Amino acid sequence: MRYAYFPGCSLEATGLAYGESVDAVAGPLGMELAELPDWNCCGATAYLSVNEVLSFCLTARNLAQAAKTGDPLVTACNACFTNLRKTEAYMAEFPELKQKVDAALAEGGLRYDGGVVTKHFLQAIMEDVGLDKIKSMVKIPLTGLRVAPYYGCQIARPYGIEDDKDNPVLLDRLLEALGATPTYYPMKTVCCGGSLMGTREDVALRLCRNLLLCAQQDNADCLAVLCPLCQINLDAFQSAVNKSYGTNFNLPIVYFTQLMGIAFGLKPVDLGLQRCVVPATGVTRFAKEAR
Amino acid sequence: MKAVQQTVLYEQAMDPRFLDEVYGIPGGEKIKDCIQCGTCSGSCPVSWAMEETPRQIFAMIRAGMRDQILDSLTIWTCASCYQCAARCPQEIKITDIMYMLKRMAIRENRQRSKKAGAFAKNFVEVVKKYGRNREAELLARYTMATNPLGGIASAPVGLALFTRGRMPLGGGKVRDIQGLRKIVAKAQELGGEE
Repeated sequence: MRYAYFPGCSLEATGLAYGESVDAVAGPLGMELAELPDWNCCGATAYLSVNEVLSFCLTARNLAQAAKTGDPLVTACNACFTNLRKTEAYMAEFPELKQKVDAALAEGGLRYDGGVVTKHFLQAIMEDVGLDKIKSMVKIPLTGLRVAPYYGCQIARPYGIEDDKDNPVLLDRLLEALGATPTYYPMKTVCCGGSLMGTREDVALRLCRNLLLCAQQDNADCLAVLCPLCQINLDAFQSAVNKSYGTNFNLPIVYFTQLMGIAFGLKPVDLGLQRCVVPATGVTRFAKEAR
Repeated sequence: MKAVQQTVLYEQAMDPRFLDEVYGIPGGEKIKDCIQCGTCSGSCPVSWAMEETPRQIFAMIRAGMRDQILDSLTIWTCASCYQCAARCPQEIKITDIMYMLKRMAIRENRQRSKKAGAFAKNFVEVVKKYGRNREAELLARYTMATNPLGGIASAPVGLALFTRGRMPLGGGKVRDIQGLRKIVAKAQELGGEE
């Protein structure tokens, strides 16, 4: 199946490994990811703090580009995904806002009247590829690997994926299909702090401490994420958490696509696993042992 | 002897137009439906770090306590996780009202908005330049704007990311950047904000 693929800015920088692993697993799954033509930043959570109309215009520009392709739009970043879905909903619900967005887009020779189907990459895999196909592709079952399934916040909210909002299960089902064991993780949709790590670090560090502690309590070997911001907060700031709280967490934070790649028999380096700040040896050993 | 403190607010100190400003955002008039149940405050993962919880903020909005709200650390503690909005029984767009309060505080250059305001404004500047966010440039700009010396404290994280190829100094750029800038200019004009 063909998709208009919106990588988003983080997947070119701090979330590079996410982009690499999405690319690596899409091909084998039969998903053709055609990069969204001339895409721009979704605005993350920053634009809405400065200018509301502008934030919707930026996302609408991406939707307008996607509409031209006629393909469903797929993105792997929770924040990009939420902004795309939210803009779609707002433009349909608030005609006054749509008029303003229309007028701004027209300046750039674009127009968007709705209709693009936007999916998170996890959702596209589960809905369009399906568990049977995924199971058939597993070469190295992740037997015995205990994975805390962390969805992040915005994906399980009003503009999120079609799954239970309090206890989403799509990622749990996928991990099981790979042979891994999803742990009991009641904090699966609690916020990691997002960009508060830059503006109120003490608050974000405590949220991350709680998330790591919860994973540790059910003996997780690693924690799987769906969002580049969750990854950087829990991975790159894990030593800051340890310093602040006197803890000694050493929990690898991996993208779900990296776990898929390992199970499919791909090389860790092709999945960007060497980019983890906390070494993901518990995950890469599956690839080594298979060789 | 303890000084006598004013513990009630007089009507003159309230801003009755504040509520109208909230009505002005998409779905903003739903704030009328708030029943002060506190589901928002109970659901919020960071209400413990706020000066007033979201429920209190809504009562304060309706009372017209404009200055107290825009000077509160509460609005800068919201991480935009939407848990309050997901659970509000009255379907109030709480996260978006928080965004609105942030915009007002940044626009009025309120003291406590400076850090988050610098982050948001620099984010917007970087995207105006390239059409995309270049994280390394944003980090450098933000550090320079807020805490040039303290930036050294966060150097280990930056270095860890850089050595793993996660902080590239360049980055992508939108090809039709002129078209994008025209859209941005028009949106800023229509948005009536900076």
